[in-house]
Amino acid sequence: MNNIQHIGLTDINGPLIALEGVKGAAFDEIAKIRLEDGSERIGRVVELEGDKVMLQVFEGTRGISLKNTRTTFTGKPLEIPLSTEILGRIFSGAGKPIDGLGEVFPEKMGNINGRALNPVARQYPRNYIHTGISSIDALMTLIRGQKLPIFSGSGLSHNKLAVQIARQAKITGEENADFAIVFAAMGVQNDVADYFRRSFEDTGAIERVCMFLNLSNDPIIERLLTPMCALTAAEYLAFEKNMHILVIMTDMTSYAEALREFSSSKGEIPGRKGYPGYLYSNLASIYERAGIIEGSMGSVTQIPILTMPNDDITHPIPDLTAYITEGQIVFDRELDQMGIYPGVSVLLSLSRLMKDGIGEGFTRADHSAVSNQLFASYAKVQEARSLASVIGEEELSKTDRAYMAFGELFERHFLNQGFNENRTIDETLDLGWDLLCTLPRSELDRIDEKLLDEQYNEQRGEKFKL
Amino acid sequence: MNTIYSINGPVVKTACTKDFSMLEMVLVGDRRLIGEVIGISDELTTIQVYEETAGLKVGEPVIGTGAPVCANLGPGIISNIFDGIERPLRDMTKLTGAFVTEGSGLFSLDTEREFDVAMTVKVGDKLKGGDIYCTAPETPLITHKCMIPPDMSGEVVYTARNGKYKVNDIVLKLKLENGDIKELSLVQKWAIKKPRPIKKHLRATVPLITGQRVIDTIIPIAKGGTAAIPGGFGTGKTMTQHQLAKWCDADIIVYIGCGERGNEMTQVLEEFSELTDPKSGRPLTDRTVLIANTSNMPVAAREASIYTGITLAEYYRDMGYHIAIMADSTSRWAEALREISGRLEEMPAEEGFPAYLPSRLAEFYERAGYVETLNGKEGSVTIIGAVSPQGSDFSEPVTQNTKRFVRCFWALDKSLAYARHYPAIDWNSSYSEYAEELADYFNSVNPDFTELRHELSYILSEENKLMEIVKLIGADVLPDDQKLTIETARIVRVGFLQQNAYHKDDTYVPLEKQRLMMKVIVDLYKKALSAIRAGVPLSDIKALGLFDKAVKMKYDIPNDKLSMFDDYFKEIEEKIDALSIS
Repeated sequence: MNNIQHIGLTDINGPLIALEGVKGAAFDEIAKIRLEDGSERIGRVVELEGDKVMLQVFEGTRGISLKNTRTTFTGKPLEIPLSTEILGRIFSGAGKPIDGLGEVFPEKMGNINGRALNPVARQYPRNYIHTGISSIDALMTLIRGQKLPIFSGSGLSHNKLAVQIARQAKITGEENADFAIVFAAMGVQNDVADYFRRSFEDTGAIERVCMFLNLSNDPIIERLLTPMCALTAAEYLAFEKNMHILVIMTDMTSYAEALREFSSSKGEIPGRKGYPGYLYSNLASIYERAGIIEGSMGSVTQIPILTMPNDDITHPIPDLTAYITEGQIVFDRELDQMGIYPGVSVLLSLSRLMKDGIGEGFTRADHSAVSNQLFASYAKVQEARSLASVIGEEELSKTDRAYMAFGELFERHFLNQGFNENRTIDETLDLGWDLLCTLPRSELDRIDEKLLDEQYNEQRGEKFKL
Repeated sequence: MNTIYSINGPVVKTACTKDFSMLEMVLVGDRRLIGEVIGISDELTTIQVYEETAGLKVGEPVIGTGAPVCANLGPGIISNIFDGIERPLRDMTKLTGAFVTEGSGLFSLDTEREFDVAMTVKVGDKLKGGDIYCTAPETPLITHKCMIPPDMSGEVVYTARNGKYKVNDIVLKLKLENGDIKELSLVQKWAIKKPRPIKKHLRATVPLITGQRVIDTIIPIAKGGTAAIPGGFGTGKTMTQHQLAKWCDADIIVYIGCGERGNEMTQVLEEFSELTDPKSGRPLTDRTVLIANTSNMPVAAREASIYTGITLAEYYRDMGYHIAIMADSTSRWAEALREISGRLEEMPAEEGFPAYLPSRLAEFYERAGYVETLNGKEGSVTIIGAVSPQGSDFSEPVTQNTKRFVRCFWALDKSLAYARHYPAIDWNSSYSEYAEELADYFNSVNPDFTELRHELSYILSEENKLMEIVKLIGADVLPDDQKLTIETARIVRVGFLQQNAYHKDDTYVPLEKQRLMMKVIVDLYKKALSAIRAGVPLSDIKALGLFDKAVKMKYDIPNDKLSMFDDYFKEIEEKIDALSIS
């Protein structure tokens, strides 16, 4: 808009700077801050009061003094260049290319803030994505257009699982569907980002991947932009280029912590555990950017990954996330220690959209019966186990002992699978039936008699016995 | 001209204080964003803006409208979907595409649609507030009745002829007491934060029948009552709300999606147009209004969405209808209050929530009630609010404060949800204060209803006690009569309380079938108990297969073939008697 340079600042506090005497600055617009050494930083207007403007500096305020800056306002919100060329490229958290391949020639510029999708224009997600992982396909089915986070803890194999999903994910029904991955790393270590990049390269998928990297030593304000840039790219590819996009975002905990840091330096009143009161709305503005638009061929599916601080699922970050997302996949440290991969805690995990995306025409007619029964029976395993820990395994009734055995077989054979093992939905559901057949028929109370007549056969369970 | 002085998220301040009044609606900036005055000091007026404020500049104009934020009330509301400030979302997609944009200032109702208006008054009639002056069919289920605004009265000097009119056409002229002539169309405005007046509150003695067994029989709610559904994520709050919205016997459902998922609203839109109302056979959309303010829409409009919803409900109540409001979720509304309060730098009370949280919750729930309207009809507004406790901890402020103002508490339990026991309403910690007031009604359906319910509650509470022992020493050591209690409680839990929302018969169960199911269970229990006392081992009774059959009766007996229950009673009697004799 104007080329007026504002010299100097009145206040610097953490990532925030303030300057006075500004006219016509707009809320949320981007300003360029030029330092004496010629380097340029980007700031965003976060508060306006009279002629005083508060800016958030993405690259941090190191080296900035009250005198050495020249600030110009661009009159625009933050935009990133978009074109199909972004696939195969690597960007910083703020959307700048960092792979040395030069600038992207934009087909259009995209405002990273995005807008709320009108519920009327949404299409309810129904088609499932086959991941080849039994626990997910059978029990917490991933649906196209869903947001299904992975709740994990430090040191667990969530990254491995995310890579396996990205590699094996297959959209059923449309064999030539255009499929691509947008990967956003927030505050992760360099080797984690590298692990993802190598994995994509190994499988040749890298040409279909667009990466946004904000590593743990990168500025925190840039971290707040990373998911927004990634989702802007995803929405463009999905809704304008009709592609099916899987967005993997890791680690949302670092993102929320960056938000807390920003909020406290702005002097805002903290809510629970020091996180700002708007953490829910802020997370929602990210997660709600998944979905399908009526009349568009593409879709945005999100798999955000977060590490639960101290493995605590009631911590505000996993808690608020699960209130927004359509289910969750929760990792269990105990299973992981037993060597089960992926160590998914079945009872805590859930996919809210699976009910409409499974069964006849999607997966298989008996899917919902099998998954309900597996859930219910595995819940009984926990009861039997807690009883056994009090009275000893020998004292258990015959049924309870059958449950104990079922629980172990279920974990070893159903949950556990190889990193390169890609099970078909038939394999997964048949395996589920085989395991259920190790239980007495009268215990299968979630399945109707007709289906049991077809499928139940004690011999099917025999193969697990030594 | 008044101009913007400062901007901080949805909170905008202007230097002028004299031109504005509290809760006045204002238009902010060049794009005319809708806002509301929420604070006036001697230097600054504070405004919360209901739309996205990105791009707003200091110095842009702020224009007062002289009126508070109002809902437009008239035909065309039912079957529609609005955002938090009653803008029609369907029309918005035509105007601005798939994404919500600001400043699109649309009128709430379709101004082109014509209604078949029949006048019910004539020139010379003296009318007062609440009196109906014309009716028009709005959907095949709902007849809209246009009423004189509550604060107005006078003599009719002109009526239009019966015929087709649009909402803004003048159909009536009223000579007020001061001699002014007031022209009335089919629409009136009402401030969303002000309860619509009534003649008097009546006692709530009629239940809201929901077709959900655990609610109707164990913890019932009255028409005009208030209920809260608290539950952690994944326990099925939304699912329960959807079930109630689909099947409860209210005339009109107002469904408020307040700060929740976009896909859920889409699901309601799709599902409700496909499902039919069991009473009328018409699509459920014919009796439903949706208010959608998803979690990523502006936070101030989320705060308004609750008030908009209840105002629409009160308006239809005044016509003599029974309305049920589903508010999903009131926690997100409380968080919107917290967010705005934080931006105003108010002193926080518990967990950052403002100190006025309890009084706002009370104001909201107090707008429910079974009433006599100004025009002498009976109508009701029932409020069912979901609560999303942080960390699934029911001691947090929103749950605790809500509990003080509602009379029905349907607590959703995590462990039930993990075991896929839906609806996951925990019968031990839930309660209804209406049970007694409604007893007369239930007994008039059938005299043994209340007694059967007590029997079920007794079996469940006995089981609860016995489970303490079982947890320590296992079930095998219990005597047979106690084992029977545990076995019967299992039927109650699995066969009765669990209800399958995806099963065509089980999703909605008429009251009579609920009663007969209870009777089967209680009969079986009593018969088996006397057999055990006569020395018959429980294992022999179990071998008869009656228990397994009772668990599956919800699926085996269709809702329209209740005579099949006779066979059950006969079978129970004959088989157990035969056992006792041998």
